[in-house]
Amino acid sequence: MRGYRIEEHPILKFRRGRVVKFRFNGVEVEGYEGESVLASLYALGYRVFSYSKTGRPRGAFCMIGKCSSCLARVNGVPNTRICIEPVRDGLVVETQSGLPEIPSETHGDVSEEEIEADAVVVGSGPAGLQAALTLAGHGLKVVLVEEHFKLGGQLVKQTHRFFGDTAYYGGVRGFRIGELLAEKVRASSNIKVLTSTRVYGFFAEGYLGAATVTGEPRHYLIKSKYTIVATGASERLALFENNDLPGVMGAGGAQTLMNEYGIRPGDRAVVVGSGNVGLIVAYQLLQAGVDVKAILELRDEIGGWFVHAAKIRRHGVPIKTRRTLLRVEGHDRVEKAVSVAVDGGYNPIPGTEEAYDVDLVLLAVGLQPSYALLGQMGAVVKHVPELGGLVPVRTWSMETSIPGVYVAGDLSGVEEATAAFLEGELAARSILEKEGLADGGRAEVLHYLWNVYRMSPVLERARRGKLSVTLSEGEMEELRRGAG
Amino acid sequence: MLDAKKVIVCRCEDVTLYDVEKAIEEGLTDLELLKRKLRIGMGPCQGSGCLLLVASVLARKKGVPVSEVPLPVSRPPITPVQLKFFAGGKSG
Repeated sequence: MRGYRIEEHPILKFRRGRVVKFRFNGVEVEGYEGESVLASLYALGYRVFSYSKTGRPRGAFCMIGKCSSCLARVNGVPNTRICIEPVRDGLVVETQSGLPEIPSETHGDVSEEEIEADAVVVGSGPAGLQAALTLAGHGLKVVLVEEHFKLGGQLVKQTHRFFGDTAYYGGVRGFRIGELLAEKVRASSNIKVLTSTRVYGFFAEGYLGAATVTGEPRHYLIKSKYTIVATGASERLALFENNDLPGVMGAGGAQTLMNEYGIRPGDRAVVVGSGNVGLIVAYQLLQAGVDVKAILELRDEIGGWFVHAAKIRRHGVPIKTRRTLLRVEGHDRVEKAVSVAVDGGYNPIPGTEEAYDVDLVLLAVGLQPSYALLGQMGAVVKHVPELGGLVPVRTWSMETSIPGVYVAGDLSGVEEATAAFLEGELAARSILEKEGLADGGRAEVLHYLWNVYRMSPVLERARRGKLSVTLSEGEMEELRRGAG
Repeated sequence: MLDAKKVIVCRCEDVTLYDVEKAIEEGLTDLELLKRKLRIGMGPCQGSGCLLLVASVLARKKGVPVSEVPLPVSRPPITPVQLKFFAGGKSG
């Protein structure tokens, strides 16, 4: 079972679970317990999991259940996101073609549960975990809902040691922080954890509806005094020819494969985007044994930090500015990528094409906040380019235009994990203050977030973006009256 | 030099950049209308991939910032749910 498994890695050791056997399109295959169906299949070299309405092959893109590129039929259930479906013995997985037929059986009866809690936290990344732990630590009853089968959000694939204050996990590798917080959450008697469960809507009676996405079908109606929405962000697609071909993947998708599961995402790669994500993922690709041919940057200058760029260059990877991807080619997976130079208006210049013989194209062109739930709830959102897209307007306490509904983490505007911890804690402490359970910690977190952490010159853009959507309590009241 | 017919904007519904630009040129200049014509935002990912892309194409064509493009109304369910979950279950 070698295939694309990483056997040796300079900094990571992969603990693989028990071997499980399942079927893919009639063939018996193996994976390891603890990984997703998609990861197991990817390791074996499979790249196509779905065919679109018009028959275009589709593969792995976001790897975190957000993009719908990997929908397949699992045990007869169509439209299953196999990137967040845990692999297990006896599963029957089949490629889906176009619109699936409605299954003739219902595959298990649904049990229903109504839950009342002081607070519900949607999303278990750094913001959600920190918020849930802070609330539960002061005696509030919390429900934590997570669509993945694992807690931790994107911490699970962060292999670097965090910068900053040790109070906010400085010096610890990201995935380890995720494990530590998840253990604490599991140990807390005040937190009810619902994994593999998706919130599908908010209703006028004040209920959040949530449904399991795998295993025993269970339907939850959750009512709580406070809600913290921390649903994170998803990767953007870039516009070039055949941009949906398997092998075109989000940078974070590749991180899931190589850093979380120990699977090499390809043999030869081109990275699009030279921000920190692009530079870091290129370095991690090298560590995973991938030959990185080039990093393409549309603008005149490299977007990320000098230290990261220097490290990449030392490994002989060229960073090509004023150049973008024109197309990828291949039958059912990427076989070739073609880049082109751009002029001052970012228009392609004919005759400047360069071709790369690659099987992987990683897009590091930014993240966009996953605002769907807040949008449906009716929160006032604003498009802020500095923050990646549509974000909710909020108070200094992280409360949105819907009283009692708070936001934290990348959904409030894309930054990085330390900001997410701080915002999760700030939202939770603001709730505690309203409940008369304050211990003075809120002012301290607020001060650290704005006057220490975000004063770093490299966070200037994010700080400006966040300031533009942060209102005083009075301004928010006015907005609510106007919106109502 | 980019062939817009080969550029996918919405993976769920196989909508291309060409489809979006053509619909805008035909006069469908807001997201609600584009959604009804092209089904953008109505597939399994419910717009999480395409909505901002379409909004930016629209903004560029109209010569306005993306923040001035009104968003379509979002209704539950915001993510695919099997019908049996709504068909009534057993409590417990």
